[in-house]
Amino acid sequence: MDEILVLAEHRDGEFRDITFEMLSAANRLGSEHGLATATLLLGHGVSPLAEGLKQACDRVLMMEDPELAHYNADQYLAAMETVIHERKPFLTLIGHTALGMDVAPAISMRLSLPLVTDCVDVTIEGEELRALRQIYGGKINAQLTMKPSDQYLISVRPGSFAAEAEQGKSGELEALSAPAWKDLKGRRFLEYAEAELEDIDIAAADILVSIGRGIGKPENIPLAQEFADAIGATMSCSRPVADEQWLPKSRQVGTSGKTVRPKVYIALGISGAYQHQVGMKNADTIIAVNKDPLAPIFTIAHYGIVDDLLKVLPVLKEKFATR
Amino acid sequence: MNIVVCVKQVPEVTDAELEIKDDGTEILTEDLEFDINEWDNYAVEEAVRLKEAYGGAVTVVTLGDEDAEDVLRTALAMGADEAIRIDTEGFELSDAGGIARGLFRALRDIPFDLLLTGAQGSDDGWAAVGLMLAELLGLPYASLVVAIEVGEGKITVHRELESNTQERVELPLPAALTIQTGINNPRYVSIMGIQKVRRIEIKETTSNELGLSEAEIGSQGSTVTSQRLSPPPVGEGAEILSGSLDEICEKTAQIIRDKGGVI
Repeated sequence: MDEILVLAEHRDGEFRDITFEMLSAANRLGSEHGLATATLLLGHGVSPLAEGLKQACDRVLMMEDPELAHYNADQYLAAMETVIHERKPFLTLIGHTALGMDVAPAISMRLSLPLVTDCVDVTIEGEELRALRQIYGGKINAQLTMKPSDQYLISVRPGSFAAEAEQGKSGELEALSAPAWKDLKGRRFLEYAEAELEDIDIAAADILVSIGRGIGKPENIPLAQEFADAIGATMSCSRPVADEQWLPKSRQVGTSGKTVRPKVYIALGISGAYQHQVGMKNADTIIAVNKDPLAPIFTIAHYGIVDDLLKVLPVLKEKFATR
Repeated sequence: MNIVVCVKQVPEVTDAELEIKDDGTEILTEDLEFDINEWDNYAVEEAVRLKEAYGGAVTVVTLGDEDAEDVLRTALAMGADEAIRIDTEGFELSDAGGIARGLFRALRDIPFDLLLTGAQGSDDGWAAVGLMLAELLGLPYASLVVAIEVGEGKITVHRELESNTQERVELPLPAALTIQTGINNPRYVSIMGIQKVRRIEIKETTSNELGLSEAEIGSQGSTVTSQRLSPPPVGEGAEILSGSLDEICEKTAQIIRDKGGVI
């Protein structure tokens, strides 16, 4: 069928932004190439959610079943296998999220369909599907041309397209029956859990001094802390610093941590992988210090200092101490 | 508990200025250092910790050229017991599916309780091989794992979701997991440590020995026709502050005062 299928993503009765971001991409491609757009909504008690999709696609495919109450790879694979097999969409879009990353590779292998993960753009040129990715931590762009196929799977990087619930559509609702839940592998969802109790809410800070891998070693952290104290800022960090447990996980900015929007965000030795950018790009003013002039952080920062943060910090701190 | 860990050697690019080959297909790697993929390093550490707690053996597997033996030696020095290298010949230009098929053939006759891979590579970041391999092996799986609790014939794992949230899921064994960074604190491996394991034999195999056809791996088995690399568009970008260090810091301090309301 000449269709683009989007896997809706939702948790606790609310859509994740990625759902509408993918629908933006799907509707653009659909109008360019005469393809209808459909959303696959899997869940239990999700009828109210289905309403929210009608203005963003041509067809809402809803599968309701107690087995789908929480995301589980086993059931999602079985459901998607059935739907993709029956409808044969030209393109299926899945989020490159904790959910999509968990389901897309296996469905690709199970259905022997080509998959490109973590795409920031998708285009169709004649018979060819092209996908744009970012590799090496965002330092290089890679444009992939795929071999001809009747069907493709693409996982979409969060934040790559605008998330709009109203896209000028009035989609029809179609209820799908659940497949026989056979050949499941015994995975069970137990519960959601907060990652860690927070010692401080970095999202409430006006100024954040945020440290990344470039801080080098924990012995250097007091240098950043003294600077933060001098300007009345709160300390936050990027993933590697939390992974090393140099700062608590609750201080981490980014996809799996917190989203922040301070007046001033000072990124020290943070390269700026997209997972970090997602969490801080809306800060009013971003100042980045990094040795590498090509670090991706400089593409979203307002002001940049290309130098070693360990040289910059003592001098910068003095500018406040003397007043 | 017997554990298999798949590892990969990758170029270190964090502080490197990357250059693209003239034909646009790859980056130049001559001047780059190579090391174990960061996610895989956490996976090896987790496997060794589970072995130390519950007994059993850890086998590490890589698909790579002779230089990739370094990452296997690193893993052995961390506490892995056996190592297998699948030679790259025939796997050039493989996509994630091709790599997964190669690993599948090498692992399908090895009994194990747990299969660990890194959640993704730091190089091209497909985050796909581990779960494709799980599907080929018919195993229950979970990705982005940040904690593992071992039970009787089963495990409970914490998966990292977005916005400081995790989910707990239970899997019967054997199972496959992809490991997220931060799950543990990987031990440091010294040159002495690597010296100590230099006599451990690394088993080697090839795509031929594994009975893989050209249609399954390499460029023929890949779903990708071509990959063209380019530097990302610069866009507006930051205003890079210039002058002496003192002048730069004076400007920065002024910006912080103006924008942050700092007295």
